[in-house]
Amino acid sequence: MTDSFFLRVESRVERLAEIAEFVETAARAAGLNDEQVYDVQMAVDEACTNVIEHAYHGDPHGSLELTCATRGKEWVITIRDFGARFDPQKVKMPKTGDPLSKRRIGGLGIFFMHKLMDRVTYDFSEGAGNCVTMIKKLGK
Amino acid sequence: MAVKITTKQYKRVDLVEVDGRIDSSTAPQLDQALQKIIADGRYHVVVDLAETDFMSSAGLRALLSALKQVRRFNRGDLRLANMPTKVKKAFELAGLLEVFKVFGNSVDAVGSF
Repeated sequence: MTDSFFLRVESRVERLAEIAEFVETAARAAGLNDEQVYDVQMAVDEACTNVIEHAYHGDPHGSLELTCATRGKEWVITIRDFGARFDPQKVKMPKTGDPLSKRRIGGLGIFFMHKLMDRVTYDFSEGAGNCVTMIKKLGK
Repeated sequence: MAVKITTKQYKRVDLVEVDGRIDSSTAPQLDQALQKIIADGRYHVVVDLAETDFMSSAGLRALLSALKQVRRFNRGDLRLANMPTKVKKAFELAGLLEVFKVFGNSVDAVGSF
């Protein structure tokens, strides 16, 4: 494991730009290319938006803890929060082939996280809160 | 300010230029600009993304919502111009490149109405 990067911010959408800068710094240090950096910025933006809107229900006094590190040939980011337990199984995936009239407006966030990252896992434990871990393989 | 939204009204078309970053914090500004145009009874809209650095699903939602509204009207449409490659990926993944008409530049997009 190489250097790790850590950021703690309050649960406000106004902090998403700062989170994106943090992710860019950490991802570039790990050697991700421009496209990969953008992919992980998008995935992290969607994950953090979910935390702010669904785990904290818009309450700006919660906290998000982001940790990034390289482990072997993988770049790993974990996002931890202490809000309501989040069950990703309950989120319906959008049908991206549907015609406009049938398109639901929303539900794309988790879909993007899974499409843009190589692996996404969720963990919850009393006291340690919700944790989403997303992995991007290096050197692809 | 993480995003600057500029609206230009032409005789038959409204052009919306998005300069900066569209995430859940700034998507409401894009949504408000589009909803104002629609509330004014104008249904020919071009969104120029040339200076858009980043767009999350929140931005796609604002565009899709406006598109659904303007298409209810005769010849109403929301068309996109100057889509940067990195922004295009989100549209591709969401299957929205088949839904929106996309032009290489805003002059062609405005002229297409």
